[in-house]
Amino acid sequence: MLAINNIEVVYDNVILVLKGVSLHVEQGSITTLLGANGAGKTTTLKAISGLLRTERGQVTKGSIEFNGQRIDGMRAFDLTALGVAQVFEGRRVFEHLTCEENLIAGAHVQRDYGKVRDGIDRVFQYFPRLKDRRYQQSGYLSGGEQQMLAIGRALMSSPKMMLLDEPSLGLAPMLVEEIFGIVSRLVAAEKLSVLLVEQNATMALGVAKHGYVIENGRVVLEGSAEALKKNSDIREFYLGLNEVGSRKSYREVKHYKRRKRWLS
Amino acid sequence: MGEDLDFFFSLVVSGASIGMLYSLIALGFVLVYKATEALNFAQGEFVMLAGFVAAALLTAKGMPVVLALIATIAIMIGFSFGLERVVLRPLLGRPIVAVIMATIGLAAILRGLPPITFGGDTRTVPLPIGDNAFSLGPATIAPIQLYGVIVTLLFLAGFTWFFMKSRKGVAMRAVAENQQVAMAMGINVERYFAIAWAMAGIASAVSGIIWGNMLGVDVQLALVGLKVFPVVILGGLDSIPGAVVGGLIIGIVESVASAYIDPYVGGGTKDFVPYLLMIAALMFKPYGLFGKRKIERV
Repeated sequence: MLAINNIEVVYDNVILVLKGVSLHVEQGSITTLLGANGAGKTTTLKAISGLLRTERGQVTKGSIEFNGQRIDGMRAFDLTALGVAQVFEGRRVFEHLTCEENLIAGAHVQRDYGKVRDGIDRVFQYFPRLKDRRYQQSGYLSGGEQQMLAIGRALMSSPKMMLLDEPSLGLAPMLVEEIFGIVSRLVAAEKLSVLLVEQNATMALGVAKHGYVIENGRVVLEGSAEALKKNSDIREFYLGLNEVGSRKSYREVKHYKRRKRWLS
Repeated sequence: MGEDLDFFFSLVVSGASIGMLYSLIALGFVLVYKATEALNFAQGEFVMLAGFVAAALLTAKGMPVVLALIATIAIMIGFSFGLERVVLRPLLGRPIVAVIMATIGLAAILRGLPPITFGGDTRTVPLPIGDNAFSLGPATIAPIQLYGVIVTLLFLAGFTWFFMKSRKGVAMRAVAENQQVAMAMGINVERYFAIAWAMAGIASAVSGIIWGNMLGVDVQLALVGLKVFPVVILGGLDSIPGAVVGGLIIGIVESVASAYIDPYVGGGTKDFVPYLLMIAALMFKPYGLFGKRKIERV
């Protein structure tokens, strides 16, 4: 459905951020992109959604294809109409707009007002909490509610593919589970494809079908979520478990530092 | 005593009607700020330009009045549209100071142009509305002011509806909130900037016609733009109801203050009292009466 072929991204004409990233997202499933801070996860998402341009970045090599159509270099708002929606890191709801107005803004590409109404009802079905907050200014919602609103707002454009940037950021573990649960339901019910960027690898590998690990602007590892969960490097560096599978103790860390088995 | 009260009442009425007309000018300023966060320091000059265009078209031979008015509005829309495209769009994403300086420079250019092209004398904007003042109790109100107030109210209601109820208005508020996120919602941000400037062009055109008719059109007309700042600071930079309330307060206060204080100080109260109010507003109500507050969650 989405194919990124060996792209390079350069900011400001000099800063090389992605150095050859390739990945595929299959239809109707969650693919996750794991990596530390500054690895290039968000840049990859922005390269797909066309927002690089607003930050003076550009794709200098490689190509991005969505359903067989080349989309690198397209403008962000045209891509939304094509069916790619992005949920931003840190939620970024329109704070001074009410919940409902946020959803209406999200439905900008829908021409038919009936579809906007249906869309709002659909979002309220998935996130019943938002219905209670319907006429409240979204800036005063709780973090979890704002994240729900951000996902709901992205749903309003009836996307085929959703780019989800760290939905777990700053949320309580219970809320994270709730939100991941809803996302999984969405994928199953709406045949949505999701590219999920996460730091919470345990959560992400729990719901994803396939995963990629990105470091320093390169994809260093990829595989099915099951395989990644068993990979000893992933266990050590992303899941915080040691070889045996028990929780790591800090005493061992001091005595023995394991080296990664990939080069980045 | 009754006579004093009547005098006060008529001051309030004339102040309120002038205040509403300030609101109309402020509306142009607020519309641009609301959508693009740009401060347009050339708003008064826009009004002056519209006045010149209206004066030229209305005094042209064989031009029906309605057509001349529509043409004035169309020309001002075109002017704002072009200005946004040529001057302001390249400044997108630059610091806000760049836009402010650009509009200040633009204001100076616009003040310089009319004497070159139209000559220096004061022109009239003749409108077929008669000279019979309407009376409201002890107060009288000039026909242009009454019609101006009605037109202003219609515009304010229309724009308020647009921003609160229509999908395009909601999109425009989303653009003001966060351009990048708005873009990801499929909103063509640049197009909305252009629409905002075009709407400001309409407000400027109507202000130019009404104020031009009241004061006559020459470079001095641009000075009414100075009253915009107290009005919008008091009402809130991005609030349409704020523009109305701010306009009413400034209009009434300056009319009352100048009538009672001017005899003792020899005049000029009208020009500084609004600014006193503005400074007080900045100290005690920095977001204005209706401006949107920065939301901070703790």
